[in-house]
Amino acid sequence: MRLLAFSVAVAGVLAASVTAWGAEPPNAADLEAELVCPVCETTLDQSDAPVAQRMKAFIRERIAAGDTEDEIKDALVAQFGAGVLATPPKSGFGLLAWLLPLVAVGAGAVGVALLVREWSRRRAPPAAEAPLSPDLEQRVDEELARFEP
Amino acid sequence: MGRRALLVAQGVAVGLVVVLFGLLVWKLVDDEGGALAASVARGETPDAPDFTLERLDREGELTLSSLEGKAVVLNFWASWCIPCKEETPFLEQVWRENRDRGLVVVGLDAKDFRRDARAFMRKFDVTYPVVYDGPGKTLSSYGVTGFPETFVLDREGKVVEVFVGAVNSDEDRARLRAAVDRALGQ
Repeated sequence: MRLLAFSVAVAGVLAASVTAWGAEPPNAADLEAELVCPVCETTLDQSDAPVAQRMKAFIRERIAAGDTEDEIKDALVAQFGAGVLATPPKSGFGLLAWLLPLVAVGAGAVGVALLVREWSRRRAPPAAEAPLSPDLEQRVDEELARFEP
Repeated sequence: MGRRALLVAQGVAVGLVVVLFGLLVWKLVDDEGGALAASVARGETPDAPDFTLERLDREGELTLSSLEGKAVVLNFWASWCIPCKEETPFLEQVWRENRDRGLVVVGLDAKDFRRDARAFMRKFDVTYPVVYDGPGKTLSSYGVTGFPETFVLDREGKVVEVFVGAVNSDEDRARLRAAVDRALGQ
């Protein structure tokens, strides 16, 4: 019974830790590196443009209000469009930007494999050894015999 | 892989390079920064690119072409733009003086927060229609390179005057009034 109570207590502490970890507020500096100033088109952490400063203030405001990272990004996209995201979204049309490089690398690998196979096929087969003529065979035997003790 | 397949692969690779190069050239040629202003400076009256955008002064949307038959002063601005704060009272004055003559001043707020834009409108007592273009998609079609910029359109929707920068000096204000008269056909 004591063991059961102890296990429940440990599980409770672990669950509380995991929940607290999951609820960690987003980091403003991280968000500023992932969002783009719509005027100067550099990431917010690189920009001092007035609109970038407003966006930074907005991010801090929303973090203080308890918004998640995705909620803050969604709010900025609703204002400025998807162009404020430094990386394209991993859904819809933006997914293409993530998949196409993988497809290109895969196609390249297949192409290289096919080329290598083709080149290895083209290599000329080793020439069949022609039989020695009787005269030459006799001469070789004579020459070899000179080396025998 | 036969020789034919190899040729096809080479053709595809060369085609891709040509397409990418074409895209690069298109992007460079299509960059219309200041193109509309340059056209007007040459004495031409190009058509104003149409748009439909949500309104900030009330619910709904505004389509520029729906204003055909009226002269339009189209002002690109943002709440964080300091020169915009200086010229807005004058634009409001021009709107109040000429609205009965068939003039509409339209503010186009871009790259801005809606909330900031509405606060700006309240602060400067803006009563003319204001539309919102957060991503700034209309900027390239007008060749807008900064804020503010103002375009004067005649009753047929043709651009007759462009102001790059704030309309703040006496000279600029006189030029805007003259352009409004011209746009109204008077």
